[in-house]
Amino acid sequence: MANIIDLDNLSVTFHQKKGTDVKAVQNVNLKVEKGDIYGVVVYSGAGKSTLVRTINLLQKPTAGSVTVAGTVLFKDGQQQVDNKELQEKRRNIGMIFQHFNLLNETTVAENVLFALKHSSISDDEAEEKVLKLLDLVGLKDKANAYPVQLSGGEQQRVAIARALANDPEILISDEATSALDPRNTNQILDLLKDLNKKLGLTVVLITHEMDAVKRVANKIAVMQHGVIVEQGNLRDVYLRPKEELTRQFVGGSLAAIETLRAFDLGHLAPNEQLFQVVFSAANVTKSIILDLYKQLGVDVSMLYGNIEVLGDEPVGTMFILVKGDQKELDSVVHLLKGKDVEVTKIDDRGIWND
Amino acid sequence: MTSLLAKYLPNVANLGWGGDTGWGTSIWQTIYMTFWPAIFGGILGLIFGVVLVITKPGGILENRFWFGFCDKVVSLFRAVPFIILLAFIAPFTQLIVGTQIGTTAALVPLSLGVFPFYARQVQVALESVNEGKIEAAEALGATNRDIIFDVYLREARSELVRVSTVTLISLVGLTAMAGAIGAGGLGNTAIAYGYNRFNNDVTIVATILVLLLVVIIQLVGDWLAQRLNHQSR
Repeated sequence: MANIIDLDNLSVTFHQKKGTDVKAVQNVNLKVEKGDIYGVVVYSGAGKSTLVRTINLLQKPTAGSVTVAGTVLFKDGQQQVDNKELQEKRRNIGMIFQHFNLLNETTVAENVLFALKHSSISDDEAEEKVLKLLDLVGLKDKANAYPVQLSGGEQQRVAIARALANDPEILISDEATSALDPRNTNQILDLLKDLNKKLGLTVVLITHEMDAVKRVANKIAVMQHGVIVEQGNLRDVYLRPKEELTRQFVGGSLAAIETLRAFDLGHLAPNEQLFQVVFSAANVTKSIILDLYKQLGVDVSMLYGNIEVLGDEPVGTMFILVKGDQKELDSVVHLLKGKDVEVTKIDDRGIWND
Repeated sequence: MTSLLAKYLPNVANLGWGGDTGWGTSIWQTIYMTFWPAIFGGILGLIFGVVLVITKPGGILENRFWFGFCDKVVSLFRAVPFIILLAFIAPFTQLIVGTQIGTTAALVPLSLGVFPFYARQVQVALESVNEGKIEAAEALGATNRDIIFDVYLREARSELVRVSTVTLISLVGLTAMAGAIGAGGLGNTAIAYGYNRFNNDVTIVATILVLLLVVIIQLVGDWLAQRLNHQSR
């Protein structure tokens, strides 16, 4: 499938009068397919939202190209469409923000109506559409309220209704849940996921909260200091992080490392081997450890276990300590792999050297 | 009432209500000299204020030339003391309204005197509109016109009413000086018929009337600004 968003070798550098230039985004390649919920987790670094703001050219890149829905918006250091066309293209890219950015002096309905100002539909149709959109985000009864009368979560819903007014194919969420409490955060995230399913909306989510991405995204990119250090399917990155940073960032592993440290397993006997075992939905309810014991007769003890939900799918992680000779250890790996369970020998990953 | 006035404030009563020196005339002149410059200076100030905000570095229509131009004009006119401006632009006043003296002649310097002050106030008011709202509007594909009218001016409306009130009050102050070019008004009454003739009662009554006008403007302005404000709970 063709990419709906294609950021190619993109860099954004801010020139400062004093001191060195800030490289907010460096040589980033981001390909988003239609229907994706792409989570960009930014661990640290300046200009957290700089990357997503290049998608609708709120931020002009320093180098690289931006292609959205088949139109090249930016290339060779130049905007490739005129301003009028850019305004039209932007209506195909909804955007929501950390601080909602609603117009406070207009009612909720007028806020949504503002987005429809250049739409070709009649006034009556526009008003009808506004109510439909407010209904979609569950705020139909608040149409005549002013934004300040609403809670943060409700304001963000209005912002979503406004962003969706022109039936965009893409929705960009720029830290949209960072200012909300956990309950509202989850409600907004679930709403985004719902919209993704119902409308086929492509969502790009930038956040520092791994939990947000874990809840809704199907793809993930992890960024630090303006560089994408790892990207791919959420499951792959989350369960088998390659980079040191990603490993720390994906919550499960960090908790596991902490737990294992507490056990003080620094010096394993030669006949002991620590494995990380990751198993998906089909295996969650099966007794893997018992199988190992029954079929191979090896001594297995579980040191850490956790089941998380990635997207819709429960995924389990366990750290098990197996006692046995090399042959037995190999057969453990073999057996688990046969059950479609991911096995990683822990010392391969240098967990003790963290 | 009239006899009471004549007994305790003889000089005030002597000026009468109508006629060239009457209280009614000077009250009317002050209102006249406040109203029209408020319209002309207000429009001019609003335009300059908007241009300053949209052409500033990082603004939606960033333009070094126009920003610099408006900024310099505003600074220049603000720097000239009003009493000097009155005399300084007399030839220009002649060109516009056909006379250099009188109440109507004062309208030109009053408008030019108040507009830079108002322009700066408008600039500050519009800059109080959160950058994020501008960005959100841009992300929605809003045109620059939409952003000026529906975001900047609409979002800042309460603040604009507040700065307009301040400007209007300072304009009332400026009209007091217009007596220097024979424009009359309450300020002129206080100086020419009160202070210069050692008639302190006239000065006091004229001052009270100016204060009354200021208080009315302030109260109406505050009420309106409050009514238009939905920025916080």
